[in-house]
Amino acid sequence: MSILVFIQQENGKINRLSLEAITGAQQLGAKLNQPVTACVFDENSANELKSYKLDKIVCINDSQLVEYNPITFANVMEQIISNENSTLIIAGHTYEARDWIPRLSARLDLPFVSDCTGFKTDPNFVVIRSIYQGKISSDVSIENNNGFISFQSGSFRADEIQVGSCEVIQVSVDLSQSTDLVRPGEKFQEATGAVDLSRAKIIVSVGRGIGKEENLPIAEELAKSLNAEIGASRPVVDYGWLPHERQVGSSGQTVIPKMYLALGISGAVQHQVGMKGSDCIVAINKDPNAPIFEIADYGIVEDLFEIVPKLTEKLNAR
Amino acid sequence: MKIVVLVKQVFDKDSNINVSGDGVLTNREDLTLSTNESDAYALEEALQIKEKNGGEVIVVSVGNDSVLTVIKDGLAKGADRGLHVKIDNEESLDALDLAKLIHASIKDENIDMVLSGLQSDDKGNGQTGILLAELMNLSHASLVMGTEIQDDNSIRVKRELEGGWFQWTDLSLPTSLTIQSGINKPRYSSLRGIMMMKKKPIDVKSAEDLGFTALQKSKVMKMYIPEKTKETVYIEGSVNEIVDQLMDKFANEIKIF
Ligand SMILES: Cc1cc2nc3c(=O)[nH]c(=O)nc-3n(C[C@H](O)[C@H](O)[C@H](O)COP(=O)(O)OP(=O)(O)OC[C@H]3O[C@@H](n4cnc5c(N)ncnc54)[C@H](O)[C@@H]3O)c2cc1C
Ligand SMILES: Nc1ncnc2c1ncn2[C@@H]1O[C@H](COP(=O)(O)O)[C@@H](O)[C@H]1O
Repeated sequence: MSILVFIQQENGKINRLSLEAITGAQQLGAKLNQPVTACVFDENSANELKSYKLDKIVCINDSQLVEYNPITFANVMEQIISNENSTLIIAGHTYEARDWIPRLSARLDLPFVSDCTGFKTDPNFVVIRSIYQGKISSDVSIENNNGFISFQSGSFRADEIQVGSCEVIQVSVDLSQSTDLVRPGEKFQEATGAVDLSRAKIIVSVGRGIGKEENLPIAEELAKSLNAEIGASRPVVDYGWLPHERQVGSSGQTVIPKMYLALGISGAVQHQVGMKGSDCIVAINKDPNAPIFEIADYGIVEDLFEIVPKLTEKLNAR
Repeated sequence: MKIVVLVKQVFDKDSNINVSGDGVLTNREDLTLSTNESDAYALEEALQIKEKNGGEVIVVSVGNDSVLTVIKDGLAKGADRGLHVKIDNEESLDALDLAKLIHASIKDENIDMVLSGLQSDDKGNGQTGILLAELMNLSHASLVMGTEIQDDNSIRVKRELEGGWFQWTDLSLPTSLTIQSGINKPRYSSLRGIMMMKKKPIDVKSAEDLGFTALQKSKVMKMYIPEKTKETVYIEGSVNEIVDQLMDKFANEIKIF
């Protein structure tokens, strides 16, 4: 039995979530008394792992693994898991991990508990994950401790990785079975607009709680009186109420203003990753259990339509 | 193109969900139900593909009788037929169980495409469409933000990556796509659509009929309200008092003036 931690890298640079996953895997290995093996598809990254406390580093160098392909990745990992006799396979919850792990989960008939935020071992081993859009936490058990786990960004700290020394073992795998069912092409960025929210000092950010497009001026007036930029959560952009360049979050911009004023935003993790570095977070939300209050410095549990116009009025009278 | 769309019924996003000490939802009856957000976009994409290329759209939902609402809504918007996979305890199924159940219910259809939402708003596993791809030996793409049928055997999709990046990917058909919100503008059902819906067939297959048993290889043992990590200062009082306090914080603590 062993724990296998999958290390994602791009151009030789290890993904931050993979480093965090190593910390998680080390802590879990210590608790469950199991060795930890790291697996990576790049030599430089493998060498970087040498200085960490690991029991084994498996490196697969193959030109077919330079570009991500879910089918190829699943095929390789199937062989590694079998060779290493790994029972728990751990990865950071990246866009790649969430794309290839389910394929292998189905193939090996082993559960994949995705997007976890931690684990407990007392009395039994369970992983912790958020459900109902972050409103509820759950403890999830895995049959025979045999399956896949991905950890959400920030679940463990990369600077808490235990150091040590470990050798790299080069392994070759059979990729002759790989098909071309999936043919990834060019990566590109869409032309971005003129708004650079990352430099904004104050951001008034609008969520679905604004209700409808016609209500946007309420937030825009407040932004004007605060000299602030307008930001938005994804649904507001999806509905076409504000342009994509205003979107804050994992698929939008990352911002670090002096003050982030969240109006009717629930605070889903994909939104949080884009704004939790703000100096000060003020949240107005009528739901006292909204996850945004877990990261807000100041919270106002009220109807935004009551508070915001009054606030604008006071600011303008100043 | 024969397209299956997976549509899930979930509690409304604004629901105040409560759990008791032993981790069961306590206020289920008070909560309103709606269609899972990304599934509405998946349905719209399926309808648009059908309108351009011809074919059939089948709406599939797994759950108790209440999910008939989301199936009927799909039919009213233009889907051709529905499939209700009937099971009472959908909530206790893990992703693998659910995918196997869906697989059992559609495996005899000769499908070109399965479209699903990228993530359910309640369980948030983000896996169902991909698990199904492997079980049915289909190609797959997740986080899809655009589709273009190339020919009878292939489709090009635009995938969303992190931090504003995208990627074109070509896929062999049949395929399973998990759709990201914002890919299109979902339509409303018309009065005519609602009238037509009443004539459209809805098949029912129960989990028992399909010979399905849940293995629950992963299992929710407990649910609870998350612990807070940050000390939030709550500003309370009448609207005027709140606004005055906020003005004071702006000036003296956050120092933005
Ligand atoms: C892969 C992926 C990437 C994503 N990327 C992003 C991203 O980049 N950015 C992003 O924001 N999201 C992103 N999301 C979506 C994210 O998961 C959430 O769905 C989204 O952030 C929710 O937006 P919201 O808070 O505005 O809406 P909701 O979650 O619906 O919250 C609305 C809130 O408004 C409150 N409210 C309603 N009426 C009022 C009122 N009158 N007064 C006060 N409060 C009120 C409600 O209590 C509720 O908390 C992504 C999701 C996935 C799966
Ligand atoms: N009970 C269900 N009935 C129909 N479709 C479902 C069901 N559960 C999940 N799905 C589909 O699978 C997608 C991903 O769900 P999940 O893997 O739970 O995040 C959803 O957006 C739906 O399209």
